[in-house]
Formats: sequence, C-alpha cells, structure tokens
Amino acid sequence: MLDVALRHGFGPDQFSLDVAFTAPHAGITVLFGPSGCGKSTILAAIAGLLRPRHGKVTLGGTTLLDTAMHIDLPPERRRLGMVFQEARLFPHLRVETNLRYGARRAPPGPGPNPDPGPGFDEVVALLGIGPLLGRRPRNLSGGERQRVALGRALLARPRLLLMDEPLAALDGARRAELLPFLARLRDVAAIPVLYVTHALDEVDALADRLVLLDAGRILAQDTAEALALRTDLPLSARRDAGTLIACRIAEHACRRGLTRLEFEGGAFWVPLRAEAVGSRARIRLRARDVAGATQPPQGLSTQNILPATVTHIAEAAGGQEGFGALAVGPTALLARLTRDSVDRLALEPGQAVWAVIKAVTFDHARAPET
Amino acid sequence: MAFRLQQALSPDEWQAVRLSLDVAARSVLVSLLPAIAIAWLLARRRFPGRTLLDALVHLPLVVPPVVIGWGLLMLFGVRGPIGAPLHDWFGIRLVFSTSGAALATAVMSFPLIVRAVRLGFEHVDPGLEAAARTLGAGPVDRFLTITLPLTAPAILAGAVTAFAAGLGEFGAVITFASNIPGETQTLPLAIYSATQTPGGEAAAARLAGISFSLAITLLLLAEWIARRMHLALGR
Repeated sequence: MLDVALRHGFGPDQFSLDVAFTAPHAGITVLFGPSGCGKSTILAAIAGLLRPRHGKVTLGGTTLLDTAMHIDLPPERRRLGMVFQEARLFPHLRVETNLRYGARRAPPGPGPNPDPGPGFDEVVALLGIGPLLGRRPRNLSGGERQRVALGRALLARPRLLLMDEPLAALDGARRAELLPFLARLRDVAAIPVLYVTHALDEVDALADRLVLLDAGRILAQDTAEALALRTDLPLSARRDAGTLIACRIAEHACRRGLTRLEFEGGAFWVPLRAEAVGSRARIRLRARDVAGATQPPQGLSTQNILPATVTHIAEAAGGQEGFGALAVGPTALLARLTRDSVDRLALEPGQAVWAVIKAVTFDHARAPET
Repeated sequence: MAFRLQQALSPDEWQAVRLSLDVAARSVLVSLLPAIAIAWLLARRRFPGRTLLDALVHLPLVVPPVVIGWGLLMLFGVRGPIGAPLHDWFGIRLVFSTSGAALATAVMSFPLIVRAVRLGFEHVDPGLEAAARTLGAGPVDRFLTITLPLTAPAILAGAVTAFAAGLGEFGAVITFASNIPGETQTLPLAIYSATQTPGGEAAAARLAGISFSLAITLLLLAEWIARRMHLALGR
C-alpha cells in the first residue's frame, strides 16, 4: 500500500500542488490529468528526485519521506523503479549492461518483497528484447529503448514501479506495440505501479485505479470502471462518456468474423479480435453508441440486444441531452439519450429495457485516441 | 620518423625536443586529477567562493606568463613558503629543474584542461544521473559509472590540448626554471637561444618547424579522439 500526501508551491504566479491519495499493493494506479497539472511532480517527489515543501510518503510501512519528522530517504535507497518519458538508457553501456545496472545494485536476498519478481531471462523474454542485448542504445528504435528501460527498472527488484508518461514520446504504431507489454507486466510483476499519463487510451487499457488531477488538486479517485461511469467529471467532457467493461474472450466465430466477449451479466459480439480464447480484455463502450428500446427490437442488423434495467436518468450539461444508466446483470452501461427520447419512451428508474449496441462500435477502441 | 629526426637534428636540439615531450607529459599527469576535481566543482556545485575559484583557475590565461613564473618562484623558491619545507625536509628543489619546468607548464595549461572537462560535465544529461539514482547508485558509484565515462572524451581532448600547449610554454618556464640545456631548455627555449646565437637561424627554423608540426598533429589528434568517443557514446 502506497500512501501519499504532498504540498508544494512552484512560484508566486503558479498553482500549488496539494494532493493525498493511496494506491493498493498491486495493480496499476493511473494519475490522469492535462499537461502541467502536477502529475510528474508527484512522481518525482515519490521517487525522491524532488523535495516537496510538505509531504509524507509511506510504502508498505516504510516511511520514504516525512518532512515533519525530517525523514527524506535519498532516491538510491528508496528502491523504486522509474521509467521516464525519454528512456534515459546509459549511452555508453550495452543493452545487457543497462538491464543489469539496477539489478547489480539491489541488495542480495529476498529484499522487502517476499516475491523476488521475474528474473533476467524472464524479463528479457517478456519484453522481447533478447536480440537487442549486445547493442548500444543509440542503435535502438524508440519503442525498443522504452522496453529496455522498462526491463531495467523491473530488474532492480523495486517495491513500486513509477512510470512517467512512458509512451508519450512514441508515435501511434510504437504506442500500440508497447501497450500490450505494459498490460502483461501488470500480471507478471506483483508490485504496485503508479502510472502518469494524459492519454485516455492508456487509461482504458491499463488503469485499475484512477486518480483524476487538475491544477494541482485531485478531482476524484476510484476504480477506473467507477470513474468512467461518472458524468460530472472532465473525463466525460474531454471525450464521450462511457463505461469500461472487463471481459474474457469466450470464443472466436471466424466464419462470421466475430468474437464473443463475456462480461458479468452478459456477452457482446464484436469484430474478430487477435487475443487467445480465455485471455482478459477490457473494452470501452461509449454512451453515444448505446441505444435503448422499450420493446425487443426485430429485424435489426445490430448484433447485440441485451436485456437491461434503467437504474438512473441524469441530465447532461445544457439540458437537451441526458445519460441513462443501465444495468445488465451487475454490469453498468451508460446510454446517451436526447431529452426527447427520454420523454417519448417515458424512461424511468426500474424500467426493463433493451440495450442495443452495434458490433462495429467497438472498432474505435483499436485506433489510439489522445 | 624519430630516427630521421634524430639524424636531422644536433644532439642538443634533439634533447630539447625530448625534454619538451617529457615536461609536457609530466605537466598533464600532475594537473589532470586536480583539474577534473575542480571542473566538477565548478560545473556541479554552488558554494561560496565559487566565482573566486573560477577566476583563480583562469588567471594563467590572462596574467603574463612571466608573472606566473615569478609567483611560482616566490612560492616554490628554496626560501619560499612551500619551496623551503620541500627543500629542507624532502630535499626536493623545483627551481631550475625539469620538475620545476613541468610544474610551471602545468599551472599554465591548467585552465585549458579545466575548461574542457567542465564543458564535458555540463554536457552530461542530469536525467541519466537521476535514472542511476533510482536504480540504486550512490554518489560515488554514479560519478564513476555514469558521469565520468560520459565525460571521458572531454577529459582526453582537454589532456591532449594541454599537452600540445605544454610543449610550447615559454615565459613561466624560463622565469621559474631558467634556460638550462638538458634540464629545463624545452623547444621554445631552445628556439629562443638559437635566435640569440650568431648563425643559429637554421637551427631555429628546424626547431620551429618541429614545434609547429607537433602542435598541429596533437590538435588534430584531440579533435579525432573527441569525435570517435562521441560516436562510441552514441551522441
């Protein structure tokens, strides 16, 4: 468990940072907010690279920083792995020496983590960097560099992994190449990850918990699924509101060109996906792609017609539109509806409806959105 | 080449060439470590007296060399505050000796090394050192494994430049160490003596040619080393 409370001023005419949040002992906690909202400062303070005016950082019972008690462990003794936006590989060392730099300096023995974490060969295989071991950093592509940086941080056997916009310097294709590695990393490394980003597709793909930041303050913190449902946050203003739904690949119907995704309470047909049957996938369903019907629709091309219950009707800003919160079993969906539709169908909480979702709507999740 | 040079020069002239190389090499050896330390202080630390130290280091570039030689004579002369104990306790006499010539040369070329190395330190990305910190490297560890290797091209280039400049140091050497053939008569001193001797024009021209070629060769070498190492470091 990571416990963070920080206060820091940048200057007379700039905002001050005042945040407090916790991150669980495993999984990815994403700090999300616009550029310059203080996310990277928070990460630097946790790493010990920046000393905040006031602050307390504890990790699993160890105090890393406590300005009131004059405790400030230097970064080299905090044992936190950090992945920066630019890979920061040591240019004079080969990839393998870079990878082992932190590992060689980690104290021997099991360390603070009973789980020693993945070994050298395992990390190299996981990140697919075996062929790069003998090369110099300058001969690597941006994506390769970032993979090596990730491996280097991981091999230092850190208690916590800090990632400061690790994909921000990469182009769309390289980002798409690296995201699955990050998702796999979460499953392999049994350590908490604090991940800073301002890209929504990274939030959708990686976030277990989400801390929303703006101008040095925390707007909200909760599970990613719960925050995606909130229509009052800038998250829904910056793009269409929607829900994140944890799914399992149930079957591939190759002839029909479809994949069935099971979630708690139902299943979707979506265009054929690459993942193996049984693997986990999280999809984002935009509120604008969900339609409601009070009677089971017929003769429709739409693949997904799910029985649901209206749990809540909320008005969106402006008053002409609203959001209908629907429940399919225990899973919540959000439907964007006009005021007129709500009135015409006389939608109200508790009513049984059908949620209508086109299969192709899930295609948008493949294209990186920023 | 050395063999042909030896044939072309008189034994005295050849001795001056060898002595110059010896003095310049010794001066670089003596000044390299302190120069690295001071360059690091100036590049990375903020402390009271930093500006003063910076000015002191650069003094030999602006003060007449004769004045530097005179200052050394005052300090390191057998009755000077440093020279007296050296002479009385250890039997070391720097004035009028090859070691003295090397010391005078070292002081004169010191700012050249410091400037080059300091630039080198300033060019090392602090982000790399921060990354090393998060990977568990303490201050000395970081300096030896990251900062110093990345500064190596600048250190080598600075050392070669100082060596080249050291071959030609005149004013400070002649003031502090005098002009003794075989002891302190380096190339420029030998050229000076030749021009003062009737009929020495040919010898002066030969020695000047050697001096010129050595300087050019070394400057090109410094440039080449810097470029090669930057390439190897991936920049």
